[in-house]
Amino acid sequence: MTASTAIPAQARATNESAEPAVTASGLRFRYGQRTAIDGVSFTIGRGEFFGLLGPNGGGKTTLFKIISTLVPPQEGDARILGCDLRRDTLALRRRIGVVFQHPSVDGKLTVGENLAHHGRLYGLGGARLRERADKIVERLGLSERAGDLAETLSGGLKRRVELATALLHNPELLVLDEPSTGLDPAARRDFLNYLAHLRETAGVTIVLTTHYMEEAERCDRIGVLHQGRLVAIAPPAELKARVGGDIVAINSRDPETLRRKIAERMRVNAALVDGVLRVERPRGHDFVRDVVDAFGDEIESVAFGKPTLEDVFVHLTGHRFFAGAAGARDDGDAQ
Amino acid sequence: MNEIALQAGTLWLREITRFMRQRSRVIGSFLQPLVFWLLLGAGLRASFKPAGMPAGMDYFEYLYPGFIVLVLLFTAIFATISTVEDRREGFLQGVLVAPISRPTIVIGQALGGATLAWVPSVIFLVLAPFAGIHLGLGAALAAALMMAVIAFALTCIGLAIAWKIESTQGFHAIMNLILVPIWLLSGAFWPIAGAPAVLQWIMRLNPLTYGMAALRQTLYLGETQALGGLPSLAFAIVIAVAFAIATFALAARTAKRATAF
Repeated sequence: MTASTAIPAQARATNESAEPAVTASGLRFRYGQRTAIDGVSFTIGRGEFFGLLGPNGGGKTTLFKIISTLVPPQEGDARILGCDLRRDTLALRRRIGVVFQHPSVDGKLTVGENLAHHGRLYGLGGARLRERADKIVERLGLSERAGDLAETLSGGLKRRVELATALLHNPELLVLDEPSTGLDPAARRDFLNYLAHLRETAGVTIVLTTHYMEEAERCDRIGVLHQGRLVAIAPPAELKARVGGDIVAINSRDPETLRRKIAERMRVNAALVDGVLRVERPRGHDFVRDVVDAFGDEIESVAFGKPTLEDVFVHLTGHRFFAGAAGARDDGDAQ
Repeated sequence: MNEIALQAGTLWLREITRFMRQRSRVIGSFLQPLVFWLLLGAGLRASFKPAGMPAGMDYFEYLYPGFIVLVLLFTAIFATISTVEDRREGFLQGVLVAPISRPTIVIGQALGGATLAWVPSVIFLVLAPFAGIHLGLGAALAAALMMAVIAFALTCIGLAIAWKIESTQGFHAIMNLILVPIWLLSGAFWPIAGAPAVLQWIMRLNPLTYGMAALRQTLYLGETQALGGLPSLAFAIVIAVAFAIATFALAARTAKRATAF
């Protein structure tokens, strides 16, 4: 604080914009006995499209709440857009747009009224508010529905209204909590396209939490959260490259015995994940042939494929992404 | 200052707009106390004359200001219930991450809830002749002003509870346990003067007693009235206003704690 007051405002502004969008160090958050975030540190660059990937209960919503200034971290510090999260909260809030998982638009108000209320909370009023609201409504293709009660809109349109309210005050950082939950695949694609467009044209930094692999693939970088810790942070392609080549998944009536036999005879370590044997091999198709030749009778089915982000998750944590759900490779329609 | 007014104003307007779009709420808040008053008053007026009631007044008339406060209580409380759910999965989420201070949020909510409570209670004033009260313009204005103060205080109590608890079921329990007894013990049902000594003390310690007493006296403004054990008008107003300020401070503090920032 004392140091920054000595710097002229101009210099401070350039300093600020040179700072990363988010710098978090040692964040911790507990709900009673349960640790939701357990010492998380990371940096998100300006203009980055960043995804926080993890299963439900992995801590990503808690991290979203911290970044969006909904709750302060119990331990650790964060600087967001050059502001100290705890000390400059009000100033910071003016520059962040937030899209919640549960709707925050009021169903009993029209689209236009929702936007107007939101704008006034950010100190916008009169002609300036009308101008901005008109513009954002048009950009998001909501002009014809501006007079409709929000509760009468479809799920996809409601999401767009959420996004419109979050963008009304021209935020530099947009934070979204599972933005495509409840959207059909087409609406989800539209929504993601618009976010990408926003980043390209306005340079808005985007941070979203997700448990959709498809959504995570669209990010510049992904932070993988597991049990409150960041187990990896890298571009999706790099994460997939960490998995050793192809993925072979084997179903068997007695997977444990088969695992031992494969280890003995083929000198290959298979991981047993939720009753399925998983093998990561550089040349997966050769392994498939060999393993079927050797143990054909004991195998019920074999699946072979290039690694997905779900495989990355299993590789990193030894857990399936959707614990307990058999064959739960998610193609986006889990909800 | 300008921005605070804009922010509080928009929260106030939202409460009003929502309310107007829910017809059943509008009608219910007014009708329920009206029915209670008519039934209780009509049933008890013949046989029931509590000790300490001013001479020449019947019980129907005595109950009337009490039920004005009940209208205020019901509407104020129902206006604040939504806070519980709204802050976890509704409109208030967005308010909490907006650049608005917690006291400003509470001002907007309290003014909104108080307005919603105040309007039906003013309509209730029209019924004064049926209670046998001949309301002059001055008395009506003074009563309406007093009702606004009471409405604000009751809304703030509701908000303090709503920001504290996690579920609406909890809200109903607290309302029945705390708010209804506060109303019963405010002199709405029987005069302080006639109550047993212990109850008299509890009633004197109840802050709502003073709002109730002030309202009762404003209704007869300009007439010579026997106080019947009521505190003087000036004293009652001072306590009622102080109570409104205190409940606001409590609600603002609770909201601040609940959201931690």
